[in-house]
Amino acid sequence: MSGPALAVLASAVGLLLALGVATAFSRAKVGFWGALLVCGAGAVVALVYLIGGAEPAMLTLPFGLAGQSTILALDGISGLFVLLLMLSGTAAAAASLDDHGHPPATAPAFPVFLGAMLLTLLAGDAFAVVAGFELMSLASFVLVVTSHREQSVRAAGVLYIGMAAIAGVCLIAALALLSAHGISFAAIRAHPPEGWRAAVVLALVLLGPGSKAGLAPLHVWLPPAHASAPGPVSALMSGAMTKIAVYVMIRLLFDLCGPAQPLWWGLPLLAMGLASAVLGAFRANVETDVKAVLACSTIENIGLVTIGLGVALAARAADLSALAGLALGAALLHVIAHGLFKTLLFLCAGAIQYGAGSRLMGRLGGLLQRMPITGCAMLLGGACLAGLPPSAGFASEWMLLQSVLGAVRLGGLGLQIVVCVLAAGLALAIALAGCAAVRLVGVALLGRPRSATAIAAVEAGPPVRWAMLGLAVMVGLIGLFPGAVLGLAAPALRALADTNLAGRADALGVSAIARAQGYVPLGVALLLAIAAVGIMLVLRARAILGHRGGPAWDCGFGAPPDWLPFGDPLTQYSAGGFSQPLRRILGPVLVSATVSVDMPRPGDTRPAMLREHSQDPASQYLFAPIAALRAHMSGLADRMQFLTVRQILSVMVTALILFLIFIAVLEQL
Amino acid sequence: MSSVAGLLALLLHLALVLAGAPLLLGLLRLIKARMVGRAGPPVLQPWRDLLRLMRKQPVVADGTSWLFRSAPAVALAATCTAAALVPSFALGMTTAPVGDLLVIGGLLALGRAVLALAAMDSGTAFGGIGASREMTFSVFAEPVFFLIVFTLALITGSTNLDTASSVVNAGVGLRISMALGLVATTTLAIAECGRVPVDNPASHLELTMVHEAMVLEYSGRHLAMIEFTAALKLLLWMSVIAVLFCPFGIAPHDGPGATLAPWLWLLGIAAWAAKMVLLAVALAVFETIQAKMRVFRVPELLGMALLLGLLAVIFLFVSQGFAQGAP
Amino acid sequence: MEHFGYGTMGYDVAHMLGGGVLLLSFALLSQRRIAALINIYALQAIVLAAAACWQGFAQDAPHLYITAAIAFAAKGVIIPLALHRFVHRLNLSGSVDTALGIFPSMALGVALVALAIMVVLPTTSQSQALTREDLALALSVVLLGLLMMITRRTVITQVIGFMSLENGLILAAVGVEGMPLVVELSVAVLVLVAFVVFGVFFRRLRAQFHSLNVEHLDRVGSAHR
Repeated sequence: MSGPALAVLASAVGLLLALGVATAFSRAKVGFWGALLVCGAGAVVALVYLIGGAEPAMLTLPFGLAGQSTILALDGISGLFVLLLMLSGTAAAAASLDDHGHPPATAPAFPVFLGAMLLTLLAGDAFAVVAGFELMSLASFVLVVTSHREQSVRAAGVLYIGMAAIAGVCLIAALALLSAHGISFAAIRAHPPEGWRAAVVLALVLLGPGSKAGLAPLHVWLPPAHASAPGPVSALMSGAMTKIAVYVMIRLLFDLCGPAQPLWWGLPLLAMGLASAVLGAFRANVETDVKAVLACSTIENIGLVTIGLGVALAARAADLSALAGLALGAALLHVIAHGLFKTLLFLCAGAIQYGAGSRLMGRLGGLLQRMPITGCAMLLGGACLAGLPPSAGFASEWMLLQSVLGAVRLGGLGLQIVVCVLAAGLALAIALAGCAAVRLVGVALLGRPRSATAIAAVEAGPPVRWAMLGLAVMVGLIGLFPGAVLGLAAPALRALADTNLAGRADALGVSAIARAQGYVPLGVALLLAIAAVGIMLVLRARAILGHRGGPAWDCGFGAPPDWLPFGDPLTQYSAGGFSQPLRRILGPVLVSATVSVDMPRPGDTRPAMLREHSQDPASQYLFAPIAALRAHMSGLADRMQFLTVRQILSVMVTALILFLIFIAVLEQL
Repeated sequence: MSSVAGLLALLLHLALVLAGAPLLLGLLRLIKARMVGRAGPPVLQPWRDLLRLMRKQPVVADGTSWLFRSAPAVALAATCTAAALVPSFALGMTTAPVGDLLVIGGLLALGRAVLALAAMDSGTAFGGIGASREMTFSVFAEPVFFLIVFTLALITGSTNLDTASSVVNAGVGLRISMALGLVATTTLAIAECGRVPVDNPASHLELTMVHEAMVLEYSGRHLAMIEFTAALKLLLWMSVIAVLFCPFGIAPHDGPGATLAPWLWLLGIAAWAAKMVLLAVALAVFETIQAKMRVFRVPELLGMALLLGLLAVIFLFVSQGFAQGAP
Repeated sequence: MEHFGYGTMGYDVAHMLGGGVLLLSFALLSQRRIAALINIYALQAIVLAAAACWQGFAQDAPHLYITAAIAFAAKGVIIPLALHRFVHRLNLSGSVDTALGIFPSMALGVALVALAIMVVLPTTSQSQALTREDLALALSVVLLGLLMMITRRTVITQVIGFMSLENGLILAAVGVEGMPLVVELSVAVLVLVAFVVFGVFFRRLRAQFHSLNVEHLDRVGSAHR
């Protein structure tokens, strides 16, 4: 069963790459239809593989690095991520079919992107991982700069490819340190790193795939890149590519480095995860572009997943396998749930961008009535973002909170206080995400339209609607039956931490301790339904049904004038106004926000200006100093151009003498 | 408790809670009025108001969507579900396995989010101001809630409300962590229910409105549902405080196969009613003494509650260290 | 002499009272008005007196009752009344001037409590649970008093910070079983505090009226009427 599954998926990789080439020589729709069919088939294969027990399988390809063969492998961990990738890819490919008569010039890169991600998941040795990772970065860069005529898109693309290059270098270095005895995963597993080598591998993995996933402080590339890419591409990047990076982190830290790593390995993951969660959720409240809000919330959710992974890593090292299983289950459930509902939200954002003419929240509004299906899908996605029961977001956040509660057993008083602070920060991030979701849905979908294009908004085309419907059904099912997804993740849990969720995850719900009460989503949904029906019956019996329309009360302002049929857009709350209290309280702390007021002198008729300036702390404390250092060093290097002949000769002689001293010292030792 | 007894207990609990929520509100208003020298409305007045509102046809603002019209029902359903999960006079109701503290917090967040969305849907500045302030307060209230849950989970070993209450009822001693948790929970309850000093439920001035601004556009049966939701939320939080920090008199789990014990239930009902009246009196006195806080001071208040919760957990770690290696 | 072990009612009462003193230290940090500050200090002294009483009962040491009486009479009643009178007569400003905001100073306070616990618990592993916890609480109160002195600019708050620091020292002294000269220590520290308080106010008096003559106070007071 697993051998044929791997063969099918490996040929899917080849098919997708070939499709990319074929699309370059024919119409764009060829690529999208082909990707849709391949991804759909791949999803079915992955599902059958996972249900069938996910036995590990290996396949050797005759070509590869320096004439050696490349190994492809499939097991429970990669099977789960393959399923997510295929589902996301199907939805994104379907949405790409609706190109409004302007097929993008970068269409050939789309199947290549999907193929590269699949190759990264199926990799069985270091070469395949690196090949897939780099090809994925290149293909997504091409896709990000589709609208390259805009300056902001070009800037976002440059930042993206620079960070992707750094990530690639760190990944190659980490794998090089691990592959002392051979590049296949089996060889690496047989010789796990120790001491300083293991610590350097951890740092490189957090810098490389960690920055690709969007962990703070290396997340600055994510919001501009996701906002500039076309709708389905940003859906894939947020929903699938960040998860592929998380998969590489899991594979390297949990699987290849072996279970003998120390307890403190979990701490950097916890720290970076918490920073990403809080910063991402706060920035989601501050951004005014719909796609930038969703990208910042991706940073937050990746932070949540990383917190789960950190607890699991520390618990595995402390031999608390039940806690490790719970934390890993929470992380994997959140990966699947977030991958699907973020794809759904980005598809909605793409539909809004085309249908309502703008991505900026200040030009949207009133879309729930004009774009009903997109609006309802966005409501469901927003509920998952905010973590409201009984949605999919709440199930994984419940498990994550339970695993943080259990993490107090990990160590002494110092570690317990750290877990305490982590718990408070985690709750803050979840609450900030809820506020951001309400703000996004409230300003973009509800209220009165704020521009003419929003008044005339059109619903998305049939392919996008079908993709949204499919994703919405899956997200709803995951919310009601999280135990089913955890059952699919059981082989992964067994492989990663030698643990399972027996007695804690079944068809009814999940719980933290075996055979104890936990979260029963079906029960909650049933109670909600009964309450709603009860309310309906009481109203029917006692109340007057129906309603009358009239102008908004608004404390007595009356109807708007005739030339503003939808009222004055300025008398509604804007996105910036909604988040003003949060910006004022948390802004100076988190993003160094400063406010300056420029008042004109009395008698001067120009308007007063209020300027708010804020900066992401990673840009301010990490990238800006590095850029300044680079400028300083290039200034130093510049001076080397103007040396006299004698100075150049003395530089060369000094280098020669130092080299001879070095050899002399080595000879003595 | 057997399943029949559990179901009966649940139905009786729902009847008591749904009937008692407006009565509690009426009692609160009466005591506040008497404290400032007025005669005050009768205790049944909120019920009369609700029935009067139900008989009126609502006027809905032009340009709002179906979400505006269905939000009160959704919020009320979420709050009723949460109320069904918080035990009042007896533990071991049918809904006990579903009654997790985090789930209750999530259901209340659902109600709040839906009302905030409806406020944004009204398209007025009042709706925006109410929604924005309510969500900002919730950002600072959620960490307090989670730390309280943390404290209780460490003391009682579970986040399920029934289990936690049983453990506390069996006796945990005078713990300073419980005292700090009680102070933090009371502050959180005041913030979540929108009482003075966080919000003034009787004000109609824009500067002082939070919850009232969110629901300004509602009338008729919609407004009746929202006022009922507010009363139910107040009763729910008082029940949470009673069941977690002073569960004396509550009818305990009897184990499977036990028969009904009517006198235990009567004792439970009397104890619960007494606790609710006491808490109402305390809240009325506190509201009369306190002035409403500036909006930007409220996160400071919640931040202090957060620090108390953090202290509670730290003290728990200390005493658990003693429990494991007691000299 | 018996000491209450962990888990008994006696232990719970003792560490509730100690925790009450700590909680009131936090309340002192969070105040904005001088009158409330003085009242909370008085309450802290009364809770300290109760803790000293309980320890006297627990350790069967009657001299601790005298310490409790001193704490109640002098620090709970006389000094707060004198401070109220000084503030009123000298027309000192009614609100606290902070060098570090209220919430950051409280967060720093929690960090100091965690630090005190992490320092005291490992070093006293040979002692009884009640003593260890009392020492941790007392060190926290001392550190919070110091924090109050350095993060507030008004003179009154610095004096109250110093006095709450001294409360913490007395709490440590009554918590340790068999500590000698506790009563003498209390009286000595009380005299020191009295000198500090009067010294501060006499300087202020002289700066304001260029005279230490207390009759001026009455004349000024009556002139205001």
